[in-house]
Amino acid sequence: MTDATAPTGAAIAPQVTTEVQANDHAHPDLRVWGLLTFLVSESLMFGGFFAAYLMVRGAASQWPPEGTEVELLLPAINTVILVSSSFVIHLGDVAIKKNDIGGLRKWYAVTALMGAVFLVGQAYEYATLGYGLSSNIFANCFYLMTGFHGLHVFIGLLLILGVLWRSRRAGHYSDHKHTGVEMAEIYWHFVDIIWIVLFALLYILTQFS
Amino acid sequence: MTQAQIPLDDTTLLSGQEHHPIHKPWKWYDYFTYNIDHKVIGIQYLVTSFVFYLIGGLMAVAMRMELATPDPDFVDPSLYNALLTNHGTIMIFLWIVPAAIGGFGNYLIPLMIGARDMAFPNLNAIAFWLNPPAGLLLLGSFFFGGAQAGWTSYPPLSEITAPVAQSMWIGAIVLVGTSSILGALNFIVTILMMRVPSLSWDRLPLFCWAILATSALALVSTPVLAAGLILLLFDINFGTSFFKPDEGGNIIIYQHLFWFYSHPAVYLMILPIFGVMSEIIPVHARKPIFGYKAIAYSSLAICLVGLFVWVHHMFTSGTPPWMRLFFTISTLIVAVPTGVKIFSWVATLWGGKIRFTSAMLFAVGLLGMFVLGGLSGITLGVAPFDIHVHDTYYIVAHFHYVLFGGSVFGLYAAIYHWFPKMTGRMMNEKLGQVHFVMTFIGANLTFLPMHSLGMHGMPRRVAMYDPQFTALNKLCTFGAFMLAASLIPFLINAIWSWSRGPKASANPWNALTLEWTTASPPIVENWEVLPVVTTGPYEYGMSEEEAAAVEG
Repeated sequence: MTDATAPTGAAIAPQVTTEVQANDHAHPDLRVWGLLTFLVSESLMFGGFFAAYLMVRGAASQWPPEGTEVELLLPAINTVILVSSSFVIHLGDVAIKKNDIGGLRKWYAVTALMGAVFLVGQAYEYATLGYGLSSNIFANCFYLMTGFHGLHVFIGLLLILGVLWRSRRAGHYSDHKHTGVEMAEIYWHFVDIIWIVLFALLYILTQFS
Repeated sequence: MTQAQIPLDDTTLLSGQEHHPIHKPWKWYDYFTYNIDHKVIGIQYLVTSFVFYLIGGLMAVAMRMELATPDPDFVDPSLYNALLTNHGTIMIFLWIVPAAIGGFGNYLIPLMIGARDMAFPNLNAIAFWLNPPAGLLLLGSFFFGGAQAGWTSYPPLSEITAPVAQSMWIGAIVLVGTSSILGALNFIVTILMMRVPSLSWDRLPLFCWAILATSALALVSTPVLAAGLILLLFDINFGTSFFKPDEGGNIIIYQHLFWFYSHPAVYLMILPIFGVMSEIIPVHARKPIFGYKAIAYSSLAICLVGLFVWVHHMFTSGTPPWMRLFFTISTLIVAVPTGVKIFSWVATLWGGKIRFTSAMLFAVGLLGMFVLGGLSGITLGVAPFDIHVHDTYYIVAHFHYVLFGGSVFGLYAAIYHWFPKMTGRMMNEKLGQVHFVMTFIGANLTFLPMHSLGMHGMPRRVAMYDPQFTALNKLCTFGAFMLAASLIPFLINAIWSWSRGPKASANPWNALTLEWTTASPPIVENWEVLPVVTTGPYEYGMSEEEAAAVEG
């Protein structure tokens, strides 16, 4: 981070306070901080959905409502794929810190593929489930929450593809200049963490009623 | 004294290594375009939100004309419902919040902390440009009957009246909410990371503390409202039943999600104004602020406790007794840090060499109005009394004392105080005094009788009422006309002064915060050489030894 924020002039200037320079004409790069702050906000939005879901569930006499089968196998596979993709994407980050562009591209491409498989799996689940968005209150929550999360996976996927696209240009990312790579990774971890909570609420909690 | 000086040991600033071209000043049409200068964005926010203030004000005048007589004779009752809904929505989401946080926050924060711009200038511009479409959505919704469920939009009412208009209303709120979140993260990162190195935390102007607390609150509460509104949108348009009790839903969930945001929203509207007060009072009383740390930390305390009081809006929603008790207590606790601020300002005024400038008049007026609104707020925080006056005009009286007597008075004070900095011209003090007197009398005539009306049981949000309430309602309507008329001297003053008022110096009020160390209006990128902070922001009327003693 510090490397990325220092203005290029600092390398040749003798012991000037880089802080003054960063605060002066060169605009500091604070994007990672901005993203982290934004994700605090995002998680509270999911928090609102989770709270609503738990309140509905708490008031329901039977959960999920009668006749609603919650499938477990496919989502569990999907979960394994998404959670492991978080480790894969980190390999890409490790690679770029060693200035290994090829490694970055390889691991980010694998992550993108895993994300895409997750989305396809989700779409397949939607298509084969016995209930739709408006079937009952559980289905309302199920589709709204997984759909909203799916949208975030899709955005994360676009960010990863954006990194891959930009990495074609020589020197765009290097061991000391890879803020975009890190931001895509952070976002991907966030999407992953939200999924773990969602999986617990929608798939595991519904097994014990 | 705080002044722009070149640190002697930093030769890079003189060496010409930073060949930074001085940008030409902005032209008038730059203010109508996508522009990433925080000062342009601040003024864009202020002017846009003021236009919406006028629109929302016209709606209020129309409502007061309706309420001049007990019968619904002036406007159709469903139009009345649309007016009251959109009056509240516009005043909150398109006037006070964007003017106080977007307008003054954007304009002043980088100047006060010695930064050349916000951390994310592009994001800042995007956040502003989300506001005009939101306003157009709200106004456009009148072609579909207008949202009629009040600014709270409780289901089931919001799910069965004017679905298209209600959906447009939701769209508008989600837009301004997104704008608010983007603005908040920008302020947090800017204040935390971009202070000029010589500006330590204990010398940070109190307005910055206030905006920091406000932003933290907006950041965590706004998304929860968005969640609630998305559920409402799905209920209205896509056949879900989150808030339909007959199909397993629960309307109380909406109220929780709504008030988890909307109670903190009152702090979003008043905390920046508290910051404004802490800037204006010491400057015009020529005294150091009383209790700098108490004021700074009380903003953070309000921010924290303010997240745990929301159920006091729901005492009549079948809330269990333990919840009533818990939220009564937390509501009374949140009044304490507010009281700390009030007493600090009074103590700052005490024995000061007070200059009754227009800014100071509005600041002192705010003290009186806000104390009244705060006291009625404490009565409302107590569940038994709240149940008695719930949904009556007592509520309307209470929140107009805090939002008009507090936030709007504060915005006026801020406009009079920083107008010279923003435009490079002084405002006319005589017109400012006329404006203040009319506003103060008008506000009290409009809102004071409402306490009595509410205690005697006049319900809010209804176009007609029992004839026994006629006399006081006529008084309120007369006050509302006076408030409307009070805008005439203000608008003449603002427009005339902006174009041909006397030129303002860099520091017309002899203030010590950093925004006064640059030209009026400030140059693009704010300073040619960044200022160095050598003293605290409020050391008025002190010798250097005294100042050093205070600094400890």
